[in-house]
This record gives sequence, C-alpha cells and structure tokens, in this order.
Amino acid sequence: MISVLTPLPVLLPLLGAAVALLVGGRHPMTQRVLSILVLSAVLVVSVALLVLADADGAAAVSVGGWPVPLGIVLVVDRLSALMLVVAATVALGVLIFAVGQGAADGDEETPISIFHPTFLVLIAGVANAFLAGDLFNLYVGFEILLTASYVLLTLGGSAPRIRAGITYIVVSLLSSILFLAAIALVYAATGTVNMAQLAVRLQELPDGTQLLLQAMLLIAFCIKAAVFPLSAWLPDSYPTAPAPVTAVFAGLLTKVGVYAVIRTQTLLFPGDAFDDVLMWAALATMVIGILGAVAQTDIRRILSFTLVSHIGYMIFGISLASQAGLAGAIFYVVHHIAIQTTLFLVAGLVERQGGSTSVDRLGGLAVGSPLLAILYFVPAMNLAGIPPFSGFIGKLGLLEAGIADGGWLPVVLVGGGAVTSLLTLLAMSRVWNRAFWRPPTQAPEDDTDDAAAADAGPEIVPAAVAADAPGAAGTDADGGETDGSADAGPGPGGSSASSARGGRQAARQAAWKRHTAVATASTPATDGLGDEPEGGRERPLQPLPRVMVGATAAMVVVTVGLTAVAGPLYAVADRAAGDLLDRTPYMSAVFGEEDVE
Amino acid sequence: MTPTVVLPVIIGGLYAAGVYLLLDRSLTRVLLGFLLLGNATNLLLLSAGGPSGLAPILGYAEPGEMSDPLPQALILTAIVITFGIASFLLALIYRSWRLVRQEVVGVDEEDRRVARRSSTDADEIDPDDLAPEDRPAMHADSMPAEDVERVLARDYAGIPSDDVDLPPTRGEQR
Repeated sequence: MISVLTPLPVLLPLLGAAVALLVGGRHPMTQRVLSILVLSAVLVVSVALLVLADADGAAAVSVGGWPVPLGIVLVVDRLSALMLVVAATVALGVLIFAVGQGAADGDEETPISIFHPTFLVLIAGVANAFLAGDLFNLYVGFEILLTASYVLLTLGGSAPRIRAGITYIVVSLLSSILFLAAIALVYAATGTVNMAQLAVRLQELPDGTQLLLQAMLLIAFCIKAAVFPLSAWLPDSYPTAPAPVTAVFAGLLTKVGVYAVIRTQTLLFPGDAFDDVLMWAALATMVIGILGAVAQTDIRRILSFTLVSHIGYMIFGISLASQAGLAGAIFYVVHHIAIQTTLFLVAGLVERQGGSTSVDRLGGLAVGSPLLAILYFVPAMNLAGIPPFSGFIGKLGLLEAGIADGGWLPVVLVGGGAVTSLLTLLAMSRVWNRAFWRPPTQAPEDDTDDAAAADAGPEIVPAAVAADAPGAAGTDADGGETDGSADAGPGPGGSSASSARGGRQAARQAAWKRHTAVATASTPATDGLGDEPEGGRERPLQPLPRVMVGATAAMVVVTVGLTAVAGPLYAVADRAAGDLLDRTPYMSAVFGEEDVE
Repeated sequence: MTPTVVLPVIIGGLYAAGVYLLLDRSLTRVLLGFLLLGNATNLLLLSAGGPSGLAPILGYAEPGEMSDPLPQALILTAIVITFGIASFLLALIYRSWRLVRQEVVGVDEEDRRVARRSSTDADEIDPDDLAPEDRPAMHADSMPAEDVERVLARDYAGIPSDDVDLPPTRGEQR
C-alpha cells in the first residue's frame, strides 16, 4: 500500500504539469480543473501517507526496484508525511486563490497557461525534497522547485520582477552550488549519498572532516531557509511577485530549507557540534528580522521580514536537540506554513481592495470591507501568538523546551523569542491601525521626497494658486479643505519643488485630466459639495472576487482549525521528533530490520 | 595510479575566478561566474570518484579496474541542471536589457525609501499639539465641515459644482 502511494506526491504533479502544458491556452478551464484535481489527489495521498506512517512507522520505497544502496530511495516517516500534508493543503488553497485571481483579472497578472504547469512542478519539487532518501535526490528536488520558482517569480517579466528575480536566482544558485560541492565532498569521504548509509558512515569520519561537511550542508540549507546572516535576499525578492506566488513561496520554500536542516542535524550529524552556533543564528534571525519588519511600511515587506524572523523559532527548536525542542520546531513549521501563506493571500486581497500594499496609502478598510478586516485580523493575531491560536501553542512549546534545557543560552533565546513575539504584535497592529482602523479620509503622509513630489505636486499646487486668488477659491469644489490645505500647502510643496520638476509637470497634467474627469462625470456623487474632502484621490472600493475571498477564508479557517487539532497534531510532532532523535526507524526502514545494529 | 595535482589546482582556480565574477554587478559576468562555479563543482564531483580507471562497462573491463560511474552520473545531472538555468539566466538578462537598457543588478528603491523615511509619521502626531492652522481639515478643532457644507448647500442649492482649478501655466508667474 505505502509503496504504491509514496511516489504519487511527486509523480502526480509532474504528470499533471505535462498535461496542463499540453491543454495550455486552448482550454484554460480544463487546465484549472485539472490542476485543482491533481493537487486534491496529492492532498488525499499525503493524508493517507501520514495515517499509514503514523500507524506503522517509517517506510522506504526503492524506485525502479534497484537494491537499496544503488537505487533511489523515497522515505516516508512521520516528519515527511506531516510536511507533505501541510504543503499539499497550502498549495491547494493558493491554487484556488490563483484561479480566482486569474478569472477576475483576465489572466494578465498570472498568465495561466504558464502558471499552472509551473506551479505543479513546484509542488512536485517540494514533495520530492520531503521524500528524498538520498542527498543527491534532495538536491534534484531543490533544483526542481527552485527552477519552477524562478519562472513563477519573474512571471510577466516586468522590470521590478526581473530585478527581484535576479537577486533571488543568483543567491539560490550559489546555495545550490554549495550544496552540490558538499555532496561531492560527502561522496569522496564516505562513498555513498544514501542518507541512511551516511548516518552510519559519517560517524566513522575524523571530527574535522565531519565538521567541514556539516558546516557546508548547513550553510547551503540556511541560505534556503533564510537564517539571519544569509537571509537578506528574501525581503528583497518576495514582495514583487504576484500574490499567490509570494504566498506559496513564503509558506513552502523556506520550510523546505528548514526540513533539510532538521535532517542534517538529526539524521546525518546527531552530535551537538553546531548547536551553539545555530542558537546564536536563531537569536539574530528572530530579533533582527522582526526589527526589519517594524521599520517597513509595505505590508508584503513587513510579512517577508516576519517570515525571516519566525524562521528563528524553528532553528531555535532544532538547535535544542531535545525531543521537546524538535517537537516544538515541527509544530511551529506546520503552523508557520499555514499562517504565512494565509497572510500573504490576505495581502493580495488588500492590494486589490485598497490599490496599494503600502500602509501609508491605505486606510479605512475595516469600514469599507469588514470581511477583509476579519480575514487579516485573525491570522495576524495568530502570527503574533495571542493565546487561543496555534501560534501561541507553538511558541509556548518552544519556550518551555528552552527553559527545560537549563543552559543560559537557551534562556537568553527564550527571552529573545518573547521579545520577538511582542514586536510581531507591534508590526501587525501597526498594519491594522493604518490600513484598517484609521478613517479613509486621513491623508497619506509624505514619507519620502519622491513620493511627496509625485503625490503632493498635483494636489497642492492648484490649491496654493487658489489661495492666492481668493475670487477663484470661493466656489472650490473641495469645499472641506479650503482653509487647512491652502495654509499647509507651501510646506510640503516647497520642499518637493526642489526635486523632480519634470515629474511634477507630468503629474500636474495627469491631475488636470483627473480634475476634468471628476468635473464632467455624469454621476453627481463624485463632485458632491465637500462631503468627500479627498474625493478626487479616493479610489472606490472594488468588490472582491468571491473565489479569492473564499480561498483566503478557507485558509484562515485552516489556521484557526490548527488550534482545534493542536492536541493530536502536537502528539504527531512529538512522535516525529522521537523518531528523529532515535534515528533507527529511518535507517531500518531503508535497510530492513536486521541490518541495523 | 598516482594522484594528480592538476585537478585540485584547476578546481581551485575555477572557484576563485567564479566567485570573483559572481561579485560583479554586471549580469553577464555573474552568468559567466556561475558557469565557472558549476564547472568547478562538476570537476570536484569527478575527483570525488577516486583515481581514474577504465570505462565502467561490463565485458570491457574488470570491476577492479573500472572508474566509479556514480559521480559521472551525478555530473551529467548537474550539467543538465546548470545548462537549463544558464539559459534561463540568459533570457532574464536579455529581458532586463530590453526593459531598462542595462544589465546590471539594480538598486532596491524600496530600501532607499524606507531609509529616507522620517521617524515620525503624520498620524502619530497628536493634532492637539499642533497650531490650529496646521491641523488636518477634518479634525474636530479645525473648521467645522458640516457648516461649510450647509452654507454651500444653501447658497448653491440644486447646482452641481462644475468649478475646477485651472492648472497653473508656465508664463504666469506672480
């Protein structure tokens, strides 16, 4: 049973991608239905694998029937099955969101004939990385998902996406080359790339060689997982991609790196050689990441920095190397995949609704779209770790494991974790206060000179002229701001006048067009007497496509549902952590019972 | 078969040159650096297979004299991956050239924007601390908006406002 099911999470998306590419642009509807069906099947298979792996323990499948050390081995244990289930759930949610967005946008934003096959290939790569039983297959899994992610990140090929994509691709290439070089050295030292065999043979190497190999693998995986000194690429590259792409990247890709770190630290190198280094890295990741989030004003960037920051929690749990620590880390990975994906989907909805992701340009969304406000508020509080939610349970488990460890460094990290949690709450509530809670009429402030010149130029100059000519100001269309803004005009207007005069002129012409459009509009509501002080600038709220809202709401329900199933889930994570520390379940699954001493 | 010094020297040289090129802002050099690094790693994999021997074909050589076939298989896979990604990078560089007429790694504008941001945001200031004329138009202590509305509605009842500000023209300096 399990030998039939195990290859399916890799095979199904790959075959689905091939068919999706064939039906291509001709039958977009077929393509959408097909990819949703494929991912649903992957989800069902993953759940079955988790149930089987949790009941019977780990199992291994030799692909093609080659004897074990020679062929490719796929291994399912509790950890990989759990990761598969979460990955498939998240991928399905994001795919439905993307279908909704594609249907609403007429496919400009996500060229659907490319998007669906690539997305399926990405999921195949993620599944392959989770199931890989040897290092080189893990490398191939990484390459499959990375290559798909390059395409997804640069979808549409606009200038910002190309710029962001180049950063991402070059950094990913570097980590892949490091990983490949590490594989070469591992093979030179031990003569195998099979992980179960490596678990035995690596222990027999001299200490210095072990240290070098472990360091190379950890560096390669930490780049992918965005652990602090190696994390600068992530907030640079993620925010520019389309919303569903960012969501699935944020949820899955870094966690594949975390998964590889878990395997390295438990199966391959069970010693504690790098635990202290990882702890310091975890502390720096948490604190510096969240400080970055507090400084940002763009919702997607804030979320990207919290993503980096919360990777620190998982690394903390791994570096404790205790069962409680690992269980906390695994639970936190599951929670974080779901929550981060959901928040990025919500950010996509906010962008649609408010026309921007910059919190300085948003306002009044809580009144304009209460459903969206709820969809943001619940996962945001979950991320910050407010009690009933799973974020609290994961953080509590990790902090308890840190205290139980007893050393001074884990206690410092527990403090760092608590501070990070508070600062996450601060960053999340700043977004809430700005984008959702403040009145929509409040003017966005000039946060830079360029933005001020672009934004204030057309609005302020006519007002200043109007103030100079009192006769013309009497019947000003914007009645509400005759006094205040005319007086305030020279301040920002004067500062921005020194910069970008040409841009101002173009902006002025655009403003003139907008003014006349407002004035000559046939519906009188747009030029009512002063009941909309910022009426010319205010963008009317568009209705959100139902499918997108539905997919996001389903993801929010999943994140809240994690609380409901937290007991059994934490138990599975605990058993998975036990397996990881024991190491024999994995090795006996690959070799059979009798060969493991 | 004595170990050769040629392979380590070449591998080291390729890594050094590759890293140097990778650090350049020009994307073409980054691509060349990536190709050098890929080749260096392939050579490293090859040297991981131990001393060279005969082709690993049954009937052609005894198993004792064969060279290790696994690293060669790994290298083939790695070459295919490197090739695919290099062609994607080339397409990306070309696209970057088409879009912005440059093929260097650009500056992240959002980073600069955040760095230039003032420490206080306008909506963090308490309006009561400001002088009355600087207060936002809709604040409770500034001009009562509903009065204006009532006055305007009384004076211009039934007339939709069609008055727009003329854009300032360049010749008209006061």
